[in-house]
Amino acid sequence: MNYGELLALGQQEAERQERFERRVFCCTSTACLSAGAGLTHTSIEQAVAASGCEEHDAEVVKTGCMGLCSRGPLVRVEQKGQDPVMYADVDAELAQQIVARHVPFAEKVRDPDADEEGSTDPHDIPHYRASLRKAKSGKGLERHILPADMPFFTKQKRLVLTEVGQIDPEKIEAYLAHGGYRGLHRALTEMTPEQVCQQVLDSGLRGRGGGGFPTGLKWNLVRKQQAEQKYVIVNGDEGDPGAYMDRTVMEDDPHRVLEGMIICAHAVGARYGYLYVRGEYPIAIDRLRRAIRAARRRGILGKSVMGTDFAFDCNLRIGAGAFVCGEETALIHSIEGKRGMPRMRPPYPSESGLWDAPTVLNNVETIANIPSIMTHGAEYFASIGTEKSKGTKVFALAGQLRNTGLIEVPMGISLQEIVEDIGEGVPGTAAFKAAQTGGPSGGCIPSEFLDTPVDYENLTRLGSIMGSGGLVVIDDDTSMPEFARFFIDFSVDESCGKCLPCRVGTVQIRNLLDKIIAGNAVPEDLDKLDALCQLVKTTSLCGLGQSAPNPVISTLTYFRHEYEALLLSVSDN
Amino acid sequence: MTSKSKPSEHPSGDERYKSIDRTMKRAGYQKDALLEVLNVAQETFGFLSEDLMVYISRHVNVPLSQTYGVATFYHMFTFEPLGENNCIICTGTACHVKGANKIAGLVAESFDVEEGGTTSDRLFSLTTARCLGSCGLAPVIVINGTVSGKETPDSTVRRVADMLNGARSELAVVEAT
Repeated sequence: MNYGELLALGQQEAERQERFERRVFCCTSTACLSAGAGLTHTSIEQAVAASGCEEHDAEVVKTGCMGLCSRGPLVRVEQKGQDPVMYADVDAELAQQIVARHVPFAEKVRDPDADEEGSTDPHDIPHYRASLRKAKSGKGLERHILPADMPFFTKQKRLVLTEVGQIDPEKIEAYLAHGGYRGLHRALTEMTPEQVCQQVLDSGLRGRGGGGFPTGLKWNLVRKQQAEQKYVIVNGDEGDPGAYMDRTVMEDDPHRVLEGMIICAHAVGARYGYLYVRGEYPIAIDRLRRAIRAARRRGILGKSVMGTDFAFDCNLRIGAGAFVCGEETALIHSIEGKRGMPRMRPPYPSESGLWDAPTVLNNVETIANIPSIMTHGAEYFASIGTEKSKGTKVFALAGQLRNTGLIEVPMGISLQEIVEDIGEGVPGTAAFKAAQTGGPSGGCIPSEFLDTPVDYENLTRLGSIMGSGGLVVIDDDTSMPEFARFFIDFSVDESCGKCLPCRVGTVQIRNLLDKIIAGNAVPEDLDKLDALCQLVKTTSLCGLGQSAPNPVISTLTYFRHEYEALLLSVSDN
Repeated sequence: MTSKSKPSEHPSGDERYKSIDRTMKRAGYQKDALLEVLNVAQETFGFLSEDLMVYISRHVNVPLSQTYGVATFYHMFTFEPLGENNCIICTGTACHVKGANKIAGLVAESFDVEEGGTTSDRLFSLTTARCLGSCGLAPVIVINGTVSGKETPDSTVRRVADMLNGARSELAVVEAT
């Protein structure tokens, strides 16, 4: 298909959507599905069918993450001429009441003389009438409505997640109707590869996988390589526990990932690409597969992308559970079917990557930013954020907070706003203790630094890292030495064993932590721990080892008294 | 052994080998397909037996040592069959902060099984997962494929007990007939 035909397809879908009086969106991403969204969705469909309403009255849409995962399943009703209403904790029963409240009923369903009691079959009209009565009284429903002015929503800025929660991720038409693939078209027809790279460079976009390397610079390195074959790899090996930003983008907006990837391929001159996805993400794998098939069918992937003379195709590679595969050289080895072990750099993948060809490797979130930059321009993107960190960042907000879930915020927002406004603080009587960012490679930020604006430099200065975007809040019930040991356990387990500092050093760090936590350590052990952490940090081969001591170093810096309180005092000896 | 040609089906005649044959064929029996083939094998058989690894090695033409090396490197591959029923406890950061280790501890103690182990009657396996990515619902567990969130040690033990009671009574019925 050429671009005109694709536009028509999107237009057609937009018109189809426009015909519906109201659209009922049910979140079916992993978190809500775990909370029972499958039943909720079925229940909504059954209730709409039972209502006897006209076809144009209501459409039920399976959509992606709406963000507030702790209150799932989430359902949103968009009615013409009215503000959207979002409902939280929607079980199958409540789903019927929501439909009863918003969807007009056929006469026979409203008939007051019909038998009203004794039925629990959702297909059954009398039972449905009971839902209608409950819905009218409104008592059950009101407290499930999430106010539109909730800071959780108003403090966010959605660039990467523009379509997430708005479209059916399994329909390419829905993405097109939302303006999808326009950025790709612009890049292919109006811009040279050099201009695309320059645009990305001007936008100030930096790698969202944690490193923060300027994306435009990386692309330029690969573009300038003279080679027959070049590759694009999108890194969806999100191994950091507590983080699921990339999964959400892949699950709920797979075409955005493809679009960004094809733009990247055009910019660097690659003809083939791989999407490397964690094996633990079955829904993401399934939806990306569908998206690739749909894109091939519509001529967006293949010998002539959108009718131009640019050829590009891609495929999925499924990981098998190894944290170190998030490291670029390890990931490349894994795509080659080998053990996912990192190697020395240089040469960097931009010179010699997959099968020794120049390779550009970007994180999913980075790539998902590209379509926005192409459509809105570099200037718009660069107007958001701080001086050195542009755009937005998606965080998976978790831990001891009232609101947890997936958020996208402008760079430069303070941690305080994230924790207290968006997360609405720590529930119960416990108090905030620290915010942990960057997972096993990051550190803990105590309350005195909560007013720090979030950007790459600030988080690094505080001894943590931006990381891929996990943000876990812990309360004062958590012992910091034990929390540090939790992450070190992870790194011990995930160390690939190639270099000695990481393989042996992390184990020794854990042994020392064990000794401290068991109450058997002396003050010299703390000094040893300090020295060992520095050693592992400075001498490990790859990012995993270099950052593995971060959780220990940061807790030793900010919560040293907790370690000291566990030491044997002189009088004990 | 050169195996670039179409392989014969596994001598056991086990139908499950077909999906592995298909994957290898689609990949043109290339070496870099090893990980993908192992993924399919793990999914189809539930674990990688020695026989299975020998079969795959021959067909994609890599030394058995390399297949074994790759298989043991990644966490998702297992080398022993799981029990008939299983409970996965997420031990990601969010679940950890909300007490996942207490859940794992109580389940292990209550059903006399180690973490990562299987009961002697092979009815039940207890495993842990890195992160199931449903952090908003922490702590999260999965029993026989059904995910439950906001769990406590007691609620998980109850769920496992209910599941095992069901499984054991089914077994008793089968044995009685």
